[in-house]
Amino acid sequence: MKIAVCIKQVVTREWQLRVNDQKTWIRDQDASFELNEPDAYALEEALRLKEKHGGEVIVCSAGPARATQVIREALARGADRAIHVEADSLATADANAIAEALAGAIKGEQVDLVLTGLQSDDQGFGQVGVVLAEKLGMPHATIIMEVQKSDSGLRVKRELEGGWFQWVALPLPALLTIQSGINQLRYATLKGIMAAKKKEIRKVTPASAAPTQRISSIYFPEKGKKTRMLPGSPADAAKELVKRLREEARAL
Amino acid sequence: MILVVAEHRDGKLNRATLETIAAAQSVGAPIKAVVLGSGVDGLAKELAAADVAEVIVADDPSLKDYTADGFVLALEQLIGAENPERVFLPHTYQTRDFAPALAARVKRPLVTDCVAIKSGAYVRPMFQGKLQADIAVEGPHVATFQIGAFRADAMKAGGSAAVKKASLQIDASKIRQKPEAPFKEAKQAVDLSQAERIVSVGRGIKGQEHLQLAQQLAQAMGAEIAASRPICDAGWLPMDRQIGSSGQTVAPKLYVALGISGAIQHLVGMKGSRTIVAINKDPEAPIFEIADYGIVGDLFEVVPAMIAELNK
Repeated sequence: MKIAVCIKQVVTREWQLRVNDQKTWIRDQDASFELNEPDAYALEEALRLKEKHGGEVIVCSAGPARATQVIREALARGADRAIHVEADSLATADANAIAEALAGAIKGEQVDLVLTGLQSDDQGFGQVGVVLAEKLGMPHATIIMEVQKSDSGLRVKRELEGGWFQWVALPLPALLTIQSGINQLRYATLKGIMAAKKKEIRKVTPASAAPTQRISSIYFPEKGKKTRMLPGSPADAAKELVKRLREEARAL
Repeated sequence: MILVVAEHRDGKLNRATLETIAAAQSVGAPIKAVVLGSGVDGLAKELAAADVAEVIVADDPSLKDYTADGFVLALEQLIGAENPERVFLPHTYQTRDFAPALAARVKRPLVTDCVAIKSGAYVRPMFQGKLQADIAVEGPHVATFQIGAFRADAMKAGGSAAVKKASLQIDASKIRQKPEAPFKEAKQAVDLSQAERIVSVGRGIKGQEHLQLAQQLAQAMGAEIAASRPICDAGWLPMDRQIGSSGQTVAPKLYVALGISGAIQHLVGMKGSRTIVAINKDPEAPIFEIADYGIVGDLFEVVPAMIAELNK
């Protein structure tokens, strides 16, 4: 199977977010970045499918130059080659623009399967995968927890809400969005990191896509509920908390 | 006009549908509600009791079981015929499966997971709920609403809206997904919804070896142990201990969140708890927004002190 995996570089979870002066995006000049977590699971699933059924794994990312970091990491984990659709504007682009950029990169590759994470940890619209399927004319299924290859295509396990699941069959080529936890992630070995240096990263310029929506303001949410913050040393705070849970909330 | 797409399972409208109608009612424009399926006249009648202008029944054998292709084909035709200014849907797993394809098909922008409506913009979380953003859209568009953002009991009833049948031409051979019946994994060993108290752990617990500490706290409180999704994904606790949209929904007397930042997928599973305690080293963690009591600090220092205090 020839598999394309779409990955995104996002700021690390630990990084303390700050908003820029225009309040249109975060101030990420000095941020640290990582591979979007659901995309890491999509990559892992692609690598496992390749190990089982043979083929090739092509990693695709639409983002600014710094996205090379996560592309290299994906190559080090075992992807065969990469396509980097590079433009500064893609760092904050909407789902339509990102899907358009990825579609342009994938179209000529004649892949059997496209995998991506179900959503990004930054904007979190949860749209790119499904819009990409539409642009590529492929059937899709989302929030996938298991992938089986069948004679006629795929049989995949969709996660529904509240502990329910559903198997869905679909023909190839197809696109799946992958849920975190579908597999156990591997990490790059030293050998993988060395090998990645020789792997091809093809750079592509995206066709321009007009934005369909824009962030007019981004800000820290107001606290909705009156939270009683308990200050002091850990011991003092813990003592006060237990007292309040007993006497005020009557929860113990 | 706003077109609200209803969602149902086992012959019942889900609560999120009523919340979405409430969201549409807050805008002040005429509302049409559409229900898709096969043999859904009863549901249409139920919808018609809401304060809406019209109910549309999209009844077709090919819509009996949900498929992304089937729903996109049907709604593409409906949007073409009705030309609504806005299309509203609940932000459920089903909507997430097809709405982006629908929006792309009809060439309208889609704003997902909205929690409020402002003039000319939708408010939605970003960066895992740590930030909020106003998203501006122009012209006809599609929006989905986070579960619980609008209240179902705020939905105005009182209508006896006309029900009409949509005329659809759905070529069943264009539906590429073949779904099987939904199922639950092997019976869940623990029913956390019955627990009086829950101690729940998140990424902040750092390693499986530290779970013992949370377990000791649970024991001292007479609580069940639970976790956010990443902990169960990592296999540190079984999946049936997971709280959130993909796990169990709970509303205990006391919910203690240890090292849980509070992504919305977790919050929807526990925000109904009577008393919520959050212990987290990040003062900006969204969990503090819904907590009754908060301690900003290292859980590895705070929790042992709590255990000592409880065991006194």
